[in-house]
Amino acid sequence: MAEAIELIFYYLVFPGLAFCTILGLVLSFIDRKVSAMVQWRVGPGPGQPFFDVVKLLGKETVVPEESWARGFLAAPYVAFGAAGLAATIVWLAVLRIGGSPPGDLIVVLYLLSIPAIAVIVGGAASGNPLGAVGASREMKLVMAYELPFVAALLAVVFQTEDGATLSLSGLVALQDQAGSAMGRVSGVLGFIAALLCCQAKLGLVPFDIAEAECEIGEGALIEYSGPALGFFKLTQAVQLATLPALLVVVFWGGMGPGPAGVAVFALKMLLIVTIFVLVKNTNPRARIDQALRFFWGPVTALAFAALALAVLGV
Amino acid sequence: MKQVIRIGPFHPLQEEPESFLLTVEGERVIDVDAKLGYVHKGLERLCQERTYDMIPIILERICGICSVTHSVCFCHAVEDIHGVEIPPRARYIRTILGEMERLHSHLLWVGLAGHFIGYNTVFMWAWKYREPVCDAFEWLTGHRQNASLLKVGGVRRDLPVDSFPAVLKVLDELEGQTKMLIGAVLDDPVLAARLKGIGVLTPEQVLDWGVVGPTARASGVKTDARKDEPYAAYAELDWNLIVQPEGDVFAKAVVRLLEILESIRILRQAIAKFPPGEIDCGPLHVPQGEGIGRYEAPRGEDIHYVRSNGTNMPSRVKVRAPSFVNIPSYRASCIGGTISDVTITLAACDPCYSCTERLAAVRRDDGGPPLSFDDLVRLGREKTRAIAREMGRKPDLGLEIRP
Repeated sequence: MAEAIELIFYYLVFPGLAFCTILGLVLSFIDRKVSAMVQWRVGPGPGQPFFDVVKLLGKETVVPEESWARGFLAAPYVAFGAAGLAATIVWLAVLRIGGSPPGDLIVVLYLLSIPAIAVIVGGAASGNPLGAVGASREMKLVMAYELPFVAALLAVVFQTEDGATLSLSGLVALQDQAGSAMGRVSGVLGFIAALLCCQAKLGLVPFDIAEAECEIGEGALIEYSGPALGFFKLTQAVQLATLPALLVVVFWGGMGPGPAGVAVFALKMLLIVTIFVLVKNTNPRARIDQALRFFWGPVTALAFAALALAVLGV
Repeated sequence: MKQVIRIGPFHPLQEEPESFLLTVEGERVIDVDAKLGYVHKGLERLCQERTYDMIPIILERICGICSVTHSVCFCHAVEDIHGVEIPPRARYIRTILGEMERLHSHLLWVGLAGHFIGYNTVFMWAWKYREPVCDAFEWLTGHRQNASLLKVGGVRRDLPVDSFPAVLKVLDELEGQTKMLIGAVLDDPVLAARLKGIGVLTPEQVLDWGVVGPTARASGVKTDARKDEPYAAYAELDWNLIVQPEGDVFAKAVVRLLEILESIRILRQAIAKFPPGEIDCGPLHVPQGEGIGRYEAPRGEDIHYVRSNGTNMPSRVKVRAPSFVNIPSYRASCIGGTISDVTITLAACDPCYSCTERLAAVRRDDGGPPLSFDDLVRLGREKTRAIAREMGRKPDLGLEIRP
């Protein structure tokens, strides 16, 4: 019983939904502030992401007549729940709480793709042609980035000949002994490939093709309003708190002991988020066919090069 | 599967209400239709009830950006009826105003184009560079927009000569910033991938559709009212016509960016040669007759037609804004592209719907006569009542239907 309560606490409060939502909103404030600095604007105050979500949660959700209402309304909550579960698993490994079960890396990969699938379902269910276009773009994008993302993460798994593990805490423990995966060429290549995939997973420019405000008016999210839209925004926040942490855990070692360890980990996360923001602000949006060619060409090649080098022990 | 995607009447792509119906198969656009007429203002009609002195001030309100364009163009048309030559100082003032307007209009487009392809940094930077130009406009005329400076036969007020050094300083800074922007645009591989070969208009299509302005010049067609029929001081100044051969969206961006540098060159010469003398040629009596005014607006050639009946009010003023002929060319440039390409192509001719809107007469399905003003009022009230009933409010809103 106590164990069950502990697990529920992990999932709902810390380090799961509540913690990652707040952390994600803080990171999205950093995103907005850094963007503003790049663009010579003042930018929002630190409370703005929170106000935005609170405002959305207090509004009415309008369900279009042509939509498949059940799927349309379920999608954001499924996305949020799955993102929260992925966040819990990643952050438990970060904080070294308990030993994660074998193979949780694979579970995280599946969970992380559920929000994208929820967007596809929600967009297709909305009954809006622009939503359908957004959904089809999201689908193509998922197919584009999933393969290199998995290959890049596997590069780290194959770095160790004996004791290869698919468990996140196992990877952290291995890096504690043998130094971070980024210490090797294969780790660096894999990190770069995974970073590019995360840019697309987070829907940031140049890969915000599925939302593309000026082309298809937020695409799959076009018909969403109120709490349903708010939960999609919260899902994005949770992902923003999860993906950088996953990258750090897999490629760059876990959190060290004491305040110094926390500070170093926070700096690593901030660095990754800053890279996302700078890439976002120095590129125009790619076209969907260009994104496909980019991920299936150079990024996949990079990820598989990392995998091959890892197997060779470089 | 064919689908119709609506861009507009309210859409983040455009800041004005207009509607484009894209027929798509997947992402590929196979047909384009435009529906305009959402912001008809009735300005042509209004001009028939105002004197020649008042009209330039009304016509400044046709467009939110080209405040100089339409009033100068109207003045050209009336001066054409009269046959009057305006004094040199007035010609130079009109040149300076027109080129300042071209500067801020082209910078505005560069920013918007960046925004449309998701490059918000370019959007913010271009608009930041535009800001001092508007300030300089204010130093020269007292207003950032709509300076009410034009009148038939000259200009209304002189420019403050002591503000010229500050204006020149703004131009110097803008030259460096524009060169930086040109470098950033020409060297960016992602921008090239997005814009090159997109929305191509061949020179033949430009002539077929009657396309004007930078949109035509980006297809290698040398058309510019400033060269074809020089007005104001353009014949006395040394400047080049910017032409690019490719005809795609990238070429249109390059033409506009290079035209900014050319405008800076024109402005420097106009300020250096600024002549002394009168700024207008006194009261004019406009005789009976008709006249045509041509003017190279930032978006292309603007044409005004004015018919005078010998009184102090024109009997007809007709405005043909450049966007009016550029918008139909979408059928040549957009069909065959993807939705991503079409959105930037729609923006590439720098359309101004506010300029383009004229009276739209709607044909009735039953072939009857068009609805009268009273019919429209009646229909509007009936609809208001129906909505009120639907919402459970008191159906009578205190409006009486005229018998």
